[in-house]
Amino acid sequence: MNDMPRTAVARQDAPLVEPRAAPDLVPKIEIRRLRFFYKKFEALKNIDLTLYDKRVTAFIGPSGCGKSTLLRVLNRIYDLYPGQRAEGEVLLDGRNILEPGLDLNLLRAKVGMVFQKPTPFPMSIFDNVAFGIRLYEKLPASELADRVEQALRRAALWDEVKDKLRQSGLSLSGGQQQRLCIARAIAVKPSVLLLDEPASALDPISTQRIEELIAELKADYCIVIVTHNMQQAARSSDFTAFMYLGELIEFSDTETLFTHPREKRTEDYITGRFG
Amino acid sequence: MSPLYWRRRATNAVVMTLALGATALGLVWLVLVLWTLVANGVAAITPSLFVESTPPPGSSGGLANAIYGSIVMTAAATLIGAPVGILAGTYLAEYGAGSRIAPVIRFVNDILLSAPSIIIGLFVYEVMVLKMGHFSAWAGATALAIIVVPVVVRTTEDMLNLVPTALREAAAALGAPKWRVIVFIAYRAAMQGMLTGVMLAFARIAGETAPLLFTALNNQFFSTDMNAPMANLPVVIFQFAMSPYVDWQSLAWGGALLITVAILILNIAARLFAAWGSFGR
Repeated sequence: MNDMPRTAVARQDAPLVEPRAAPDLVPKIEIRRLRFFYKKFEALKNIDLTLYDKRVTAFIGPSGCGKSTLLRVLNRIYDLYPGQRAEGEVLLDGRNILEPGLDLNLLRAKVGMVFQKPTPFPMSIFDNVAFGIRLYEKLPASELADRVEQALRRAALWDEVKDKLRQSGLSLSGGQQQRLCIARAIAVKPSVLLLDEPASALDPISTQRIEELIAELKADYCIVIVTHNMQQAARSSDFTAFMYLGELIEFSDTETLFTHPREKRTEDYITGRFG
Repeated sequence: MSPLYWRRRATNAVVMTLALGATALGLVWLVLVLWTLVANGVAAITPSLFVESTPPPGSSGGLANAIYGSIVMTAAATLIGAPVGILAGTYLAEYGAGSRIAPVIRFVNDILLSAPSIIIGLFVYEVMVLKMGHFSAWAGATALAIIVVPVVVRTTEDMLNLVPTALREAAAALGAPKWRVIVFIAYRAAMQGMLTGVMLAFARIAGETAPLLFTALNNQFFSTDMNAPMANLPVVIFQFAMSPYVDWQSLAWGGALLITVAILILNIAARLFAAWGSFGR
C-alpha cells in the first residue's frame, strides 16, 4: 500500500534527469561487469546496468545487439543450452544469480518471462495458468481456481475466457494467447517480469492492450521489455537502455534518452539513421 | 507464343507422362496383389475361420489359434517395445543434444530399423530359444519387440523435435524442472504423433513372418501358454500355402486376406488419429 503514493509522485516528477537521484527508486536487479558468450563469441561486453523495482525498463537496439541475450541472462534461461555462459555478476535483491549451485527453477519462479510468439501449452486455458502454480504450491481446488481467476483478471483476459476455461489455450486469438502467457507468468507471483518483444507478432489493437497491461502491471513488478519498436519503448517504459554490438551504449530515463541522447550512436538509431 | 514457351510445355508433357506412367506401373501390381488376395481369400472367410483351430490336412477347421496367437504376441511385443522406444527416443530428442553418444545411438538405431527381420529372428533364437530349450510365444514377442523399438525410437524423436523450442523455454521459464517440461508439455504436444508411431509399429509387426519362424514357431492347437510354441497368422500362412492340400491353401488365402485387412484398418486408424486435429481442440 505504501507504493501507491510513491508511484503517483514518480509520475508527476517524470521526466527524471538523473534517475539515481530519485528518492523512490529501489534497485531490483544490478548487473555488474556482465559478459556473455555463445561458445567463443562474446555477445555481451562488460554490461553495467541497474533495473528498478516497479518501473519498466526497455532494451532497444538493432538486431543482434544483445538485448534479447541480456534478457535471457536475467532468468538464466540460456542455461538450457550447452555452450552458452555468462561472467560477472547479476544481483537480484542483492544475491548473485550467476553463482553456481543456484536453484534455477526457484529463480525462474521469481523472474517470469513472456516470449515473442505466444506459447500457450497444449492444454486448457485453466490448466495453462494453473501449470506454474501447481509446480510450487499444493492448493485446494477452490483456492487454485481463485488464483487462476486473479491472474486472468490481472492480465485483462478474464472477461473474454471466463465461460470457456476448459477450452484449449490454442483456441484463442494471438493477442489473447499472449495475454494468457502473461497471466501464466504472473500466476506464479514473480517479482520481475521479462518481456521479449511481447507485441511484435500482434496486430495494433492487441499491441495496445498489451501496452496498457504493462502500464498496469508495473505497479507491482520490475518489468523489463525488449522491443524493436521505438515508439513502444517511448510509450511504455520509464527507463531505456540502448545497446549496440553487445555493448550498453546509453542508459537513462526514457524521456531524456529519446529527446536528449548523450551519444551520437543513440541519436542515429532513434532518428532512424541506422538499425 | 515464343519457342521457349512451347519447349517448356513439351517438356512438361513428357515429364508428366513419365510420372503418371511410373505411378500406374506401381499401382498395377498393388491392385493385382490385392485382387488375387480378395478373389482367393473371400471364400475362406467364414464364421468357422474365427472359432475353429487349424485342422490336420483333409478335415475342416479355422484359424482361431493363429488369430489369437498373432494378437497376443503382437500386443505383448508392442507393450514391451513401445515404452523402451519412447524412452530412448525421448533421450535422443530431449537429453542427447550436444552429447557424443546420441549420434551413435541414432545411427545404430537406423541400422536396426532397416535390419532384415530374419536376422532378428535368428538372434532371438540364439539367445532365448536355444537357452530355454524350446520355442515359445515369449521368444516370438521378444523378436517382434526388437522390431518395434527402432520404429518407435524414430517416430518419438521426430515428433518431439517438432515441438517448438519456445514451448519448452516457456515451461522452463515458469520454473518447471526438465522432467515436467518433457512429461507435461513435450509429450502432450507430441502425443498424437507418438501414438501414431506406436500404431504403425504394431501394424508392421502384425505381418512379420521371419522372426516368428525361429521363435514362436507354430502350434497345431489352441494354446494360451506364453512359454510354449504358439500359432500365429504369418507362420500358418507360410506353412499352409506351401502345402499340397487344397483346404490348407484356402485357409492360407483367408489368413492372408484377414491380416491385410487388419493392417489396412490399423494404418487408416493411425492416419485418422494423426489427422484428428491438435490435442484438445
